[in-house]
Amino acid sequence: MISDKCDGCKSLDKTACQYVCPNDLMVLDKQTNKAFNRAVDMCWECYSCVKICPNQAIEIRGYADYMPLGAAVQPLRSTDSILWSVRFRNNNIKRFKFPIRTIPEGTLSPDAGFATHDDDLKSPFLRTEPGSLGTDLYTK
Amino acid sequence: MAACGAAYEAAYWAKKHNMKVTLVDKAAMERSGAVAMGLSAINMYLGLKDGKNTVEDYVQYVKNDLMGIARDDLVANIARHVDSSVHLFEKWGLPIWKDEKGNYINEGRWQIMIHGESYKNIVAEAAKRALNELGENGEYFERIFITEPIINNGRCTGAAGFSVREQKFYIFTAKAVIDTMGGAVHIFRPRSVGEGLGRSWYPPFNSGASTYFTLKAGAEMTCQEVRFVPVRFKDAYGPVGAWFLLFKSKATNALGEEYMVTRADELKKWAPYGTTKPIPANLRNYLMFKEIEEGNGPIYMQTAEAIKELAAAFPDKEQYKRKMKELESEAWEDFLDMTISQAFLWASTNVSPEEQPSELAACEPYFISSHSGASGAWVSGPEDLAPSPDYHWGYDNMTTINGLFAAGDASGASSHKFSSGSFTEGRIAGKAAIAFCMDHNAPAEAGNELVQQLKEKILKPIRLFNDFKDYTNDPDVNPHYIKPKMFMFRLQKIMDEYAGGASSGFRTSKPLLEKGMELIQYMKEDAEKLAAGDLHELMRCWENIHRLWQAESHIRTLLFREETRWPGYYFRTDYPEMKEEWKCFANCKYNPETGEWELMKKEIVELT
Repeated sequence: MISDKCDGCKSLDKTACQYVCPNDLMVLDKQTNKAFNRAVDMCWECYSCVKICPNQAIEIRGYADYMPLGAAVQPLRSTDSILWSVRFRNNNIKRFKFPIRTIPEGTLSPDAGFATHDDDLKSPFLRTEPGSLGTDLYTK
Repeated sequence: MAACGAAYEAAYWAKKHNMKVTLVDKAAMERSGAVAMGLSAINMYLGLKDGKNTVEDYVQYVKNDLMGIARDDLVANIARHVDSSVHLFEKWGLPIWKDEKGNYINEGRWQIMIHGESYKNIVAEAAKRALNELGENGEYFERIFITEPIINNGRCTGAAGFSVREQKFYIFTAKAVIDTMGGAVHIFRPRSVGEGLGRSWYPPFNSGASTYFTLKAGAEMTCQEVRFVPVRFKDAYGPVGAWFLLFKSKATNALGEEYMVTRADELKKWAPYGTTKPIPANLRNYLMFKEIEEGNGPIYMQTAEAIKELAAAFPDKEQYKRKMKELESEAWEDFLDMTISQAFLWASTNVSPEEQPSELAACEPYFISSHSGASGAWVSGPEDLAPSPDYHWGYDNMTTINGLFAAGDASGASSHKFSSGSFTEGRIAGKAAIAFCMDHNAPAEAGNELVQQLKEKILKPIRLFNDFKDYTNDPDVNPHYIKPKMFMFRLQKIMDEYAGGASSGFRTSKPLLEKGMELIQYMKEDAEKLAAGDLHELMRCWENIHRLWQAESHIRTLLFREETRWPGYYFRTDYPEMKEEWKCFANCKYNPETGEWELMKKEIVELT
């Protein structure tokens, strides 16, 4: 956590990193109003906190017990793509941009326009099948 | 993934029958579970609509990889539906790589490439929307850690857990319960034990909750011996699939020898599986272990060689340059989509994959039946595909306990479902659970006495801590209790040294396992003395109790199967060969009434 950038998500009821961490690691220090990782040795380095932080206040240092110092891997995630900046120990820089979704968040349709074969709870057809399969369902 | 699939499907059928669906998540659904970081490929897609493969092809592939041990009916059931899930993912906005004709780009025969950074966000959005369509009958809870099944008269009628964020104890009652709580990590000691402890290949927050839940419910379990040992890029555990399959890279020893070629004779010993392509994952591991035993490490993925060969198909200088750039981007995306630490390790050690090879190593063992492991609950197969009454006893994916269903890493003997298959199996279980509810419509109850007992039991580590914390100056060091972190280290040490962990070269034997079991029994007793200073630590306490039960069922089943069948997952030095008499499932069951364990063989019936 970069002290100067973290503001403890003061306008929210919990910080964004607390909300998202899949391992419940992020904590808000009420005294300083800064968030921190309470157990870095249980961190998967999944970057969920880095990507969601509204202030881009989180950088990853890399597991100190096997990674030489000096590198940095930082994402900038937008609504439809992610931009990665990779800095090597020797200061080389590489940048990559990848798409992350093809339709805007919040607009998907669960059935995606496919009808379901029948209403029988005991039939082998799942919701949206066989349309979503694009072929007949394999049965015996 | 399985939980999202279950909610997606159950919500649809529940709406038609005015039923309620509740999803309970340990974390925040958009970034919870194994796909939290994202994925760079979908490993299970058959291409049935284009006639690329058949359901039978997939069954044969899975069974061969698992050395003959798989439930044909369960694998076939997932395989016949999985393409539907993948097509839905695409419609929901998941970017799938396509060629100029608009066809998916395959990584391997069954694998397709994706831009999967937001894979879980997208799937969670679909699950949430499906629940929303139910109105007030669709609910989801986040940051609730489920710990215990509620069993009434032999039927599962709910689950108990607690919030990791506020002082709330939860009892969920339900006519049917679907267990989709993932696999298990940190049971064996990891290779990195400092800060890198958390860099397990499978996520550290998948801690055995699924297995604990079904074991404690009294459900029959299968394949508890079939752990998975992935060979990955060393230390950061980056994926190898794209390198082996898409880039056609080779793995060699330090001398540049391709051990899959030089040691091919060894594979004949494990026929027919070892002589069938693709060669089972565990046998590929095994040949690598032999190189390391003989001092021929480090083992390398020859990335530079592979990239150069692929680009060589473009003799024009400009085209070559463009192709190299494209391959470089694909190689980095593979890691950035799903194991960012590996990209970090490349950067911190100045690695350019197109210029030099990278080290490979075997990870510590994990319990993950959605991949090339197989451990999980023994569940009912579908009526039309299950070849025998032993495989079919009612509702798809129901365990041997009425009303308790399992999918994803929670169900066993149906390996290689991966993300798409786990979501699909969740869908199968979701529909079947609603069918069960319609047929068993009596109100589900927990009972006041049971609720009180569970509350006392689940919150005990907090009470124990408060009762004794003032005895010492350091709350972590106290003779009256044990904190969950040291408890986990104790378990990892036992499993690593006695049950064939990484530092024991994945070798074990009856005397070692029996000694390990003796030490596990002390841990069972000391589990009563786990202490938690806060709600986060209470979660850690229960995670480690779950791990302990996964470990115990593992050791018991390792002892039961008197042969070596997956030499690259574990090797029984006292029974070094594969035996025909053990071409069967090894199942186990814990009896919650008597506390006794029962181990049994179950026949392998072919799908005809």
